[in-house]
Amino acid sequence: MIREWFLSESVQEALEIIRTQFAFAIWETLYATILSTLFAILIGLPLGILLVTGEKGGIRPLPKGVMSVLNTVINLLRSVPFLILMITVVPLTRLIVGTSVGTVASIVPLVIAAFPFIARLAESSLREVNPNIIEMAQSMGATPLQIVVKVMIPESVPSLISNASIAITTILGYTAMSGAIGGGGLGKIAINYGYYRYKYLIMIAAVILLILLVQIFQSVGTHLAIKTDKRLKNR
Amino acid sequence: MIELEHLSKTFSTSDGTIEALRDVSISIPDGDIFGIIGMSGAGKSTLVRCINMLEKPTAGRVVIDGVDLGSLSEKELRQVRRKVTMIFQSFNLLQQKTCLKNICFPLELAGVPRAKAKKRALELLEIVGLSEKAGSYPSQLSGGQQQRIAIARALATEPKVLLCDEATSALDPTTTHSILELIREVNEKTGITVVIITHQMSVVESICKHVAILEEGVVAEQGEVGEVFSRPKSSAARKLVYPEGDIDIAAQGNGRLIRVVFNGASATGRPLIARMAVEKGIEANISYAATRSIGEKIYGSMLLSVPQEQIAEAVDYLSQDSEVSVQEVSGE
Repeated sequence: MIREWFLSESVQEALEIIRTQFAFAIWETLYATILSTLFAILIGLPLGILLVTGEKGGIRPLPKGVMSVLNTVINLLRSVPFLILMITVVPLTRLIVGTSVGTVASIVPLVIAAFPFIARLAESSLREVNPNIIEMAQSMGATPLQIVVKVMIPESVPSLISNASIAITTILGYTAMSGAIGGGGLGKIAINYGYYRYKYLIMIAAVILLILLVQIFQSVGTHLAIKTDKRLKNR
Repeated sequence: MIELEHLSKTFSTSDGTIEALRDVSISIPDGDIFGIIGMSGAGKSTLVRCINMLEKPTAGRVVIDGVDLGSLSEKELRQVRRKVTMIFQSFNLLQQKTCLKNICFPLELAGVPRAKAKKRALELLEIVGLSEKAGSYPSQLSGGQQQRIAIARALATEPKVLLCDEATSALDPTTTHSILELIREVNEKTGITVVIITHQMSVVESICKHVAILEEGVVAEQGEVGEVFSRPKSSAARKLVYPEGDIDIAAQGNGRLIRVVFNGASATGRPLIARMAVEKGIEANISYAATRSIGEKIYGSMLLSVPQEQIAEAVDYLSQDSEVSVQEVSGE
């Protein structure tokens, strides 16, 4: 079977598809990943902040009921497998985008799957901020909002960046999965050609590209996290 | 004027309630350097946090310049905290910001325009002697330098009160000395009231005018430093003055005790006690000594037993050095 893949005919065909479709597929993948990540951060980061500031002993405690609802919803959404979630939110996707098929439509389930994850990542980053530094800010008359904006977030930037790169690579994986049910991008190509039509060469090429994208996002993220961290001496 | 009136603070934990402070009353005059000394767990940190209401006392009042802080809203309290600032044992600088930005921080919180804040921060850097570190990050500074930046930051909003929470406990003795000097200078120049929380006797001895000794949440004794340490009445005070415990104070015949505190005296190669014996013929008996030399300087204290009739002369002789302070100690 392996020999069949490399028969010049199938190689020719694969190259043709790579040439004609991959550029657009990469664009679709990046588009879905980056847009979903941004939306998910927009929802997840404030929730992560609330998880830290709202708890008992936090800088702006919220009622216990609110906190347990928040925690439960986040845990619930995080425990639903992505494929199931995607199918479940089809009506919502139709409502927002007008269709449940295509790259744009896939952003809705991607955001819903990613924001609880991002909320937890943000929570863990913000918890790393030294409580003594928060006390210092309080002792200088900082409001809770000032503490969040001027202390907690700036102090945890390296950790937030590092967690953002974890989030973006995870979401990239989800976009590939969304190819199975209507989403676009490299995932769709891998499934359509590789899984349904046995064109393994194309599938392998798509997977290698996905791996490369993950590598790029991860190393850029790690690099930025180190670069922004002023705690590290002698740079 | 800071008046703490019958302050009590209890914490409820899963193991029951802890009384951190019990009926603490202290008044601190304007421009004073006031020490609050006690062992760890004595309630010092809780007490200092009551002064700026980071901890709300369970009972009692905190009155600063006639204003009862307990009656203020959160918003009004934040205003007060710009005038009652704090420095910490662990410096608590923003790690991701330059020294200049750290000093600008309280001004930024207060809404001071950026250019004005920067100008003020540069002045403060000069005062603390670290102008060249404006663009450095805290991780590139030594502990003493970090505390200087923290002091500059605490002074940015021109406060009336500076609270020092174990501000020198993480520093070596030489650096401690220079930080205390800086605090003393600032106090002299600006008339700022300084409250110093410490467990180090040497800190109180070197710069405080008044002291309160805190033991298990209760003020055991308070008053002028010289007074309290020369005639320690409470057991807590005696423990601080005689760290070794049971010193038989009346031991040396008709001798009387004097307490000699070396606060950076350049006494190496100049045996003070021996020279006093040679030059004045005063035979002092060393009852207790805990001194160490750092660099060329001596820090610590000594208890000398001196014959009664020579006490005055001995005190005069030893007091010649400005870095040595001498008190007669009476045992009770």
